[in-house]
Amino acid sequence: MQWTSLDTWIVVTGVLSAVSCALLGNFMVLRRLSMMGDAISHAVLPGLAIAFLVTGSRDSVTMFIGAAIVGVLTAVFTQSIHYLGKVEESAAMGVVFTTLFALGLILIVRAADAVDLDPGCVLYGAIELVPLDTKSVLGYEIPRAALTTGLVAIINILFVVIFYKELKLTSFDPALATTLGINSQLMHYLLMTAVAVTAVAAFECVGSILVIAMMIVPAASAHLLTDRLHTMILVSVILGSASAVLGHVAAITVPKIWGFEDTNTAGMIAVVSGVIFFITMLAAPRHGVISKVLHQFILSVRIAREDILGLVYRFEEMGVMDNVHEVKRLMKQLTGTGPLLYATAVASLRHDGKIRLVDQGFQLSAPGKKAANSVIRSHRLWESYLHRYLKYPVEHLHFSAERLEHVTDDSMRERLATRTDSPTVDPHGKTIPEEISNGGRK
Amino acid sequence: MNPRKRSGIRYISFRHILAPAIILMFVVSTGRAAPDSIGSIRDTTIEWPTIDEVLRVVLLRDYNTRVVVIGTMLLGLAAGVIGTFILLRKRSLMGDAVSHATLPGIGLAFIIMSRFGGSGKHLPGLLAGAMITGLIGMGLILLIRNTTRLKEDAALGIVLSVFFGFGVAILGIIQKMSTGHAAGLESFIYGKTASMLAADAQLIAYVALLILIVCTILYKEFTLLCFDQEFASSQGWPVVLLDITMMVLVVIVTVIGLQAVGLILVIALLIIPAAAARFWSYNLLTIVIASGIIGAFSGLAGAGSSALIPRLPTGAIIVVIAASVFIFSLVFGSARGLLVRIYQHLRLLKKVGHQNLLRAMFEWWENHDTSGQSRIHRQSDTKGAELANSVCDRDSDNIGNVEHSSRDIRWGELLALRSWAPRRLRRLIRIAIKEELISQLSLGSYRLTEVGKAEAKRIVRNHRLWEIYLITHADIAPSRVDRDADQIEHVLGRAMVDKLERILASTSPDLAMPSSPHPL
Repeated sequence: MQWTSLDTWIVVTGVLSAVSCALLGNFMVLRRLSMMGDAISHAVLPGLAIAFLVTGSRDSVTMFIGAAIVGVLTAVFTQSIHYLGKVEESAAMGVVFTTLFALGLILIVRAADAVDLDPGCVLYGAIELVPLDTKSVLGYEIPRAALTTGLVAIINILFVVIFYKELKLTSFDPALATTLGINSQLMHYLLMTAVAVTAVAAFECVGSILVIAMMIVPAASAHLLTDRLHTMILVSVILGSASAVLGHVAAITVPKIWGFEDTNTAGMIAVVSGVIFFITMLAAPRHGVISKVLHQFILSVRIAREDILGLVYRFEEMGVMDNVHEVKRLMKQLTGTGPLLYATAVASLRHDGKIRLVDQGFQLSAPGKKAANSVIRSHRLWESYLHRYLKYPVEHLHFSAERLEHVTDDSMRERLATRTDSPTVDPHGKTIPEEISNGGRK
Repeated sequence: MNPRKRSGIRYISFRHILAPAIILMFVVSTGRAAPDSIGSIRDTTIEWPTIDEVLRVVLLRDYNTRVVVIGTMLLGLAAGVIGTFILLRKRSLMGDAVSHATLPGIGLAFIIMSRFGGSGKHLPGLLAGAMITGLIGMGLILLIRNTTRLKEDAALGIVLSVFFGFGVAILGIIQKMSTGHAAGLESFIYGKTASMLAADAQLIAYVALLILIVCTILYKEFTLLCFDQEFASSQGWPVVLLDITMMVLVVIVTVIGLQAVGLILVIALLIIPAAAARFWSYNLLTIVIASGIIGAFSGLAGAGSSALIPRLPTGAIIVVIAASVFIFSLVFGSARGLLVRIYQHLRLLKKVGHQNLLRAMFEWWENHDTSGQSRIHRQSDTKGAELANSVCDRDSDNIGNVEHSSRDIRWGELLALRSWAPRRLRRLIRIAIKEELISQLSLGSYRLTEVGKAEAKRIVRNHRLWEIYLITHADIAPSRVDRDADQIEHVLGRAMVDKLERILASTSPDLAMPSSPHPL
């Protein structure tokens, strides 16, 4: 890998676009407006084309204004069609941005020879060419695109810092914001303007569709990682910058692994941010898929353990000793416990010393007995309570109690016992065991 | 307390009409200015086709044109039909994400096929690749939406941009491949209808046919799925399977549409005809058919005009034509169109204003009856009505007499009865006089006519029945019922009044014309 000053400038420009996009992206994600970003970034095309045709130059300022106006208009048109035509909002958005994009495309193709707006560049930019178009500032040769994106990044930082409170309020609770005297409609359109301006600035480097990758994907990853807005903004900016840097590195290196030449940086930036998102989605500490599945599994194991203890207790009560197969069969039949969950639960019970395997039967050890005692006591107390106060028929008691026994703690059990006048037998006629205190049997 | 606001009708704000209009003017004016300023750089005038050329295209004399036009038309038809269902299912933008997700599939298919010695541009192979990544993209959208806290919009945005980025990266690799001739691949992004071959058109035709057949067979099921998914699943329909079928059809349309309109704009063929068709009917079958027709027309007209005029991107033209149909439907649509809705709205306003006028006059008359008897808590209403009739008769006898009688309401008093603007009141009175519901005895002095009185009585009765109902059955304070009754009086139908009468018969003695439960 050869790193030159060109690469540095590409990365700098990429990072600056990523920062300005990610800042706004947080609010787009929180307001469920992600696709509006997509729509605006497509729709700025006719703005660019018209500005070019009118002025005949690729002067940044006019293109900027033209595109920003059309970008905001996308939001206005969408609202109008949604409101006037009673068309569902996302469909209205689809109608507006495809039409505007098509118009822009026609304008560009008609003027193709005169405009150096290449339809391909529109979609995926030309970040590789950024360092070639420089402007001298204070004696340094700085790429023009780096200046523009830098400026937009500063504007966006100021926007988010100054309007932090307003953006936060209107994103989470527009009604509250209105009662506090904040115009949420105005904030909406300010945000849309900022998005349009950012989209135009980033257009040149990464193209219209990858603007979305920079806006939405880091913000979405950050949303999975934290519940605090300022942390989320910070995380999204860091992830966005990281994807820009790694994206360029990957564009140079990854294809070579399979024997190809290097590839498009903008595309790889999107891919890297996608990979980061995918990892976050799986591994995020609280909102990640793995952690959710794990929590679920841990809960199922706990419930299966309690059920097994209860079953073993009942077998011991009946004096059946060779109960291994019966326990497994009943667990499958009564609670649908699969073999994996069953094996895990049994293994963990044996590891904790709650049950022992003697010949063909499980036996409760002293701590196991105590735990099983709690489960059975909860179960039978609940049966008494449900039967007495909620008038459950005897044959329906078991299934409700089966669920309630897993969420009943000591103090709840005590109250249940008091309420039902400490019965000694449940409605089925089974003995309700006494509470085993820490010092042994009462 | 604007009476129009009181009637509880949502207003169409002029902001929403004006803003687009101004913008349209702006676009048109700049569009006109454009050729002048650009003229110096390069000539961009459109070479208009001759009539002969137009005929050639319209009559499909050219083999090439025939293939292209028929292919695009069928595509528009199929997309329009399936588009209606996904529009109703609020999944419109799903198609957008899926179409973007097809790009890496095309690129990967190209690489794999050229690695294994194929030409790399074998169309069915490329489309199969597109289909696979499109389906993966859709699966990921559902996965992100269902397993994380992110909402659908973010899921769409993520899949759309990341897959497209991946596709762009793969195209970047292909461009630098020694074996690659990737020039054709980029046409999938913007579409290249003109290069459509007979085989491609045939493929589109088969697929369109498949979609039409599936939609016909599953019409009832899809309808159910769109309108009431919970009900469908409670009735034992395989909802998930139907949903998957529908989305697979969307992916198929998207994939075959890539060639014609390109992956950016194919979504327009799914959304716009369906959205336009909804303005014309409330009946789903009509909407589906209309949507298919609009789609087919857009495809036909778009492909035709791009065959006639050089250097026009076909996909974009098709979309612009579809959008024109959409705007036309938005304004002129016979079911939900703007004009129809504005007309209905105005008619309702007129009716409400008109009834308010009659009721105001009637209640004023009740309060100012010359007989000296207080009419607010009368015992017998029939007596009052007879009295009113006789009063009316007497007055109509000496109608030439312009002397103001105490039974005639003056302009100023009338204006003070409700919070209506003078101009509006004047117009309401003018209309009511024309319809002979009220008569003007002298300038600024009015009286209900016989017909007007009967109508006014009906309205006042509706109003009071509802008020009594609210007081006796909903426990609302008498001082608060006026506002509610004010809104309902205009829409109480015959059946509803009958029911109210039945309900109130036991509690209210004077049902024929109840007195007002609160001071007027």
